[in-house]
Amino acid sequence: MTCDDTVDCGRRRLLVATAAAGGVAGVAVAVPFVASMLPSERAKAAGAPVEVDISKLAPGQMMTVEWRGKPVWIINRTQEQLESLPKIDDQLADPKSEKKMQPDYAKNETRSIKPEILVAVGICTHLGCSPTEKFKTGADSGIAADWPGGFFCPCHGSTFDLAGRVYKSKPAPDNLEIPPHMYLGDAKIVIGEDKKA
Amino acid sequence: MKKFLTAILFAPLLALAAGPELHLDRAPDKANDKAALQNGAKIFVNYCLNCHSASYMRYNRLSDIGLNEAQIKDNLLFTADKVGEPMMIAMQRADAKVWFGAAPPDLSVIARARASEFGSGADWLYTYLRTFYRDDSRPSGWNNVVFENVGMPHVLWDLQGDQIMGEDHKLKLAKPGKLKPQEYDAMVGDLVAYLKYMGEPVAEFRKQLGVIVLIFLAVIFVFAYALKREYWKDIH
Amino acid sequence: MSKVNAILQGTLNWVDERFPLTANWKAHLSEYYAPKNFNFWYFFGSLAMLVLVIQIVTGIFLTMHFKPDASLNASGVPVAFASVEYIMRDVPWGWLIRYMHSTGASAFFLVVYMHMFRGMLYGSYRKPRELIWIFGIIIFLALMAEAFFGYLLPWGQMSFWGAQVIVNLFSAIPLIGPDLSIWLRGDYVVGDATLNRFFAFHVVAVPMVLLGLVAAHIIALHEVGSNNPDGIEIKKKKDANGIPLDGIPFHPYYSVKDIVGVVVFLMVFSIVVFFMPEGGGYFLEYNNFFPADPLVTPPHIAPVWYFTPYYSLLRAVTYPLLGIDAKFWGVIAMGAGTLIFAFLPWLDRSPVKSIRYRGPLTKWLLSIWVVGFFILGFLGTKAPSYAFFGVIPGAPVAQILSVYYFLFFLTMPIWSSLDRCKPEPDRVTMK
Repeated sequence: MTCDDTVDCGRRRLLVATAAAGGVAGVAVAVPFVASMLPSERAKAAGAPVEVDISKLAPGQMMTVEWRGKPVWIINRTQEQLESLPKIDDQLADPKSEKKMQPDYAKNETRSIKPEILVAVGICTHLGCSPTEKFKTGADSGIAADWPGGFFCPCHGSTFDLAGRVYKSKPAPDNLEIPPHMYLGDAKIVIGEDKKA
Repeated sequence: MKKFLTAILFAPLLALAAGPELHLDRAPDKANDKAALQNGAKIFVNYCLNCHSASYMRYNRLSDIGLNEAQIKDNLLFTADKVGEPMMIAMQRADAKVWFGAAPPDLSVIARARASEFGSGADWLYTYLRTFYRDDSRPSGWNNVVFENVGMPHVLWDLQGDQIMGEDHKLKLAKPGKLKPQEYDAMVGDLVAYLKYMGEPVAEFRKQLGVIVLIFLAVIFVFAYALKREYWKDIH
Repeated sequence: MSKVNAILQGTLNWVDERFPLTANWKAHLSEYYAPKNFNFWYFFGSLAMLVLVIQIVTGIFLTMHFKPDASLNASGVPVAFASVEYIMRDVPWGWLIRYMHSTGASAFFLVVYMHMFRGMLYGSYRKPRELIWIFGIIIFLALMAEAFFGYLLPWGQMSFWGAQVIVNLFSAIPLIGPDLSIWLRGDYVVGDATLNRFFAFHVVAVPMVLLGLVAAHIIALHEVGSNNPDGIEIKKKKDANGIPLDGIPFHPYYSVKDIVGVVVFLMVFSIVVFFMPEGGGYFLEYNNFFPADPLVTPPHIAPVWYFTPYYSLLRAVTYPLLGIDAKFWGVIAMGAGTLIFAFLPWLDRSPVKSIRYRGPLTKWLLSIWVVGFFILGFLGTKAPSYAFFGVIPGAPVAQILSVYYFLFFLTMPIWSSLDRCKPEPDRVTMK
């Protein structure tokens, strides 16, 4: 841009400076308004970590607790169920849990800290329905003759195994999410917090 | 034009004219004294939070006054399980009404509500908490100078001692309490500073942000004014 | 660069063939010729627009968190009151949005009063601008309704008792009054039903009316053109191209000038929002930090400052008339006090428009009226028993000033035509 009769550079500089300062002001004003739609202190307090006592959870049983308004499943898997997990690897979309759907400490064959105890967010990774448990094996489950037990989402038919891993060729793209969690002693789990140190 | 401006100046002067008087002692300003605010929070939790809730105030908000979660949990958290919860009380409102004649009000914004033309809400509270006196005609045995026939007994009585109303309408300390008068005043000052903080926890940040906003607007003003001059130099 | 320009031009042409974008830009901004001699008073129109935008945007975000619910929560606090404190503490930046909205309410009236007074100073209501003025007065009435409905929402003591008093004004109307006020409240006292319907009026109904009226106000203005401090028509002197000799395009001249006004206004606005959001108890009344209690009236209740002059008119009427009690006539006085502005175009018979060329009589009478308006406003914030310096009782002063308030308008056809005016200049003057 050259300064000549048609372009007044002094005026242009002022225009740019004013517009820039005004633009910064506009963004600065927008930030509080956008931020006001984030979770409030009340929502954060309600979403605080939850402590669960699992001493009464017998093998083969499952319990559901609420964390941030979502169902979190805690399943005490039997030895038999654990043994079934590696056998179906070839039917699964992400058997080795390569995608980041779990904290690092749950990136293993059983997707858990203690092998038998699975803690998972019971929300289908497709469109957010909550799958139902189908622990009965075989044809009794109504799913397949070789069904080893797992979960079935009623909305669009996605199926998950007993480690929350999704089956191939189903609408859901990912394994079920494992929330951050940790043990306080043998029978007490805190969901929503994991001292990373 | 000048006359109108004079009129505008005139109106507030009239506002200084007399009305029924309420003499309030000035509360000390401890808005930036973290130690005083923390002491005030401790007194509040120990003495007030048995009957009065502060249901908009979350415990973890106390990080504003320099407390961390562990300190809050260990020293102040008696009425809730988690630091994210608000300061509620166990007492039922219906019971409270029977015991005190009126349900004790929530104190979250009391320091804002008690402001008046006679002084800030902090001034009112500072005076109120120091002017309880013995009055046998009241069900609680206590009366107050700025809150006549108050339902609340003098909760801080063992600290201040017994005041009585003299013939000359001045308060006298009939029986000393655990604290010397100056110590008691300082303690009430801390408590009131905390109540004032609790009325609007964001107040200090608000003022800090205001300075930045005004400086920024001043910069924009310089540009905008120069731009206006630039365009208007052609207009005569 | 030229390629970019060509694409932009092409896009603009595409739009212009389907929507008169360039035509509107020219008609209302770049080729709308405004008198070049606008002074300080002419900032307040655009500032009123700015405040309207602030109120609408902050209002939308407050609506996301506010709950119009008068029932008590677990702590015995009304849900609506608690939701305001929730906004102040728990919602990220909620305090800023709320203070902007509460300060914006007072700023709106301040700006609109200045804007109206500008009209009175320079005769902006005179022919051919009668409709602009009337639209403006209706905007003012709608704004008062908007403020009144909004004031109930925080559900504090002043909200409750203010609404109680104003709704009871309607009960003064003979025959239908008592039933009418029950219908307005939807209950026998101001209650949950009242809160909910006031919320509906405040966030949906009245804002829509306001936006429509503002559009009409501006369309009418751009049809006839702006008045100016000299009160003479710039359209009478045009150049060969038909452009007024004393006119300059609104954009860029007044757009860059209004930006300066906007920045100064925002500085004042920010001082209130950040350093004195309560406005000394005038913008956020102290008693409104007590939740609404239908059983206890605060010892002293007064409307918010922008209503107090009319509140004084209401209280000034203490005599029954024609067999109807004083309460009714007080309501009439208050209503007339706001509506009488609408008749200014026909009450003013002066040969000149602007205060600059009017005689001493007009200047004195208007000055006294303004001072009276301030004193009425001041007395409206005080108890009826108030006395200046403890000796001069306020009530009779308010009565005298109320009479003057109306006489000023009612006798205007006489004194405005009698006054010794100075000759108007041929062309606008730059002062």
